[in-house]
Amino acid sequence: MTFVKTKIQLSKLQSGDILEVLLMEGEPLQNVPKSAREQGFKVLDVSHVEGQVHKVIIEK
Amino acid sequence: MEISDILTSLPVKEPKKLSIISFSGDFDKLVATFTLATGAAAIGYEVHIFFTFWGLDAIKQKQGRAFVGTGFLPKIFGFFMGGLRSAPVSRLNFLGLSPKIFRYLMRKKNVATLEELVEAAKILEVNMYACEMAMHILGLQKSDFIHEVKDVLGVATFLEISEGGRTLFI
Repeated sequence: MTFVKTKIQLSKLQSGDILEVLLMEGEPLQNVPKSAREQGFKVLDVSHVEGQVHKVIIEK
Repeated sequence: MEISDILTSLPVKEPKKLSIISFSGDFDKLVATFTLATGAAAIGYEVHIFFTFWGLDAIKQKQGRAFVGTGFLPKIFGFFMGGLRSAPVSRLNFLGLSPKIFRYLMRKKNVATLEELVEAAKILEVNMYACEMAMHILGLQKSDFIHEVKDVLGVATFLEISEGGRTLFI
């Protein structure tokens, strides 16, 4: 579901815009960067925020 | 396991198409239907949902209890089938208490609600269709459904559309 929401937000952006996604570790952390790349988006950074929360920066 | 794990774990190369026959109209099964549909659509699948029988309830324009349909008996059923908000769970419904409990739990755990999943499906352009036969029995017309419903179909057309992809009956 995390990637569904990510995809929907990305669809509202223009090419070259940046999206910051805060997500939980485990399935979302494993799948969102992978799916984003597979869909042709650029994953600029994946970092740990605190606790179980991570941040993924995606460029459309 | 995320949806993408399940969908990409098959060894055979096949077109990325998923078709779902949404028959039961149960709250829990509708959540499953729309989670699968949106998860697949998000990773590039062509998704089709064929709503039939109880499933038609999820895509009615007039959500909430209303006497929709032509004829006395269909109207009575139209009233009982009150759309997404009154969908029962498939087991342990506890006279309608369980959907309320599940909705509360889903909100609390920050999981998408059924309505959010349906919205996501519309945004991700999941193809939705209504079953001609069920509509005929219940005296419903295309205008009784949400405008995202692409078409009214029968079995033959559905089989054509779902050809080559995976089909699920929920």
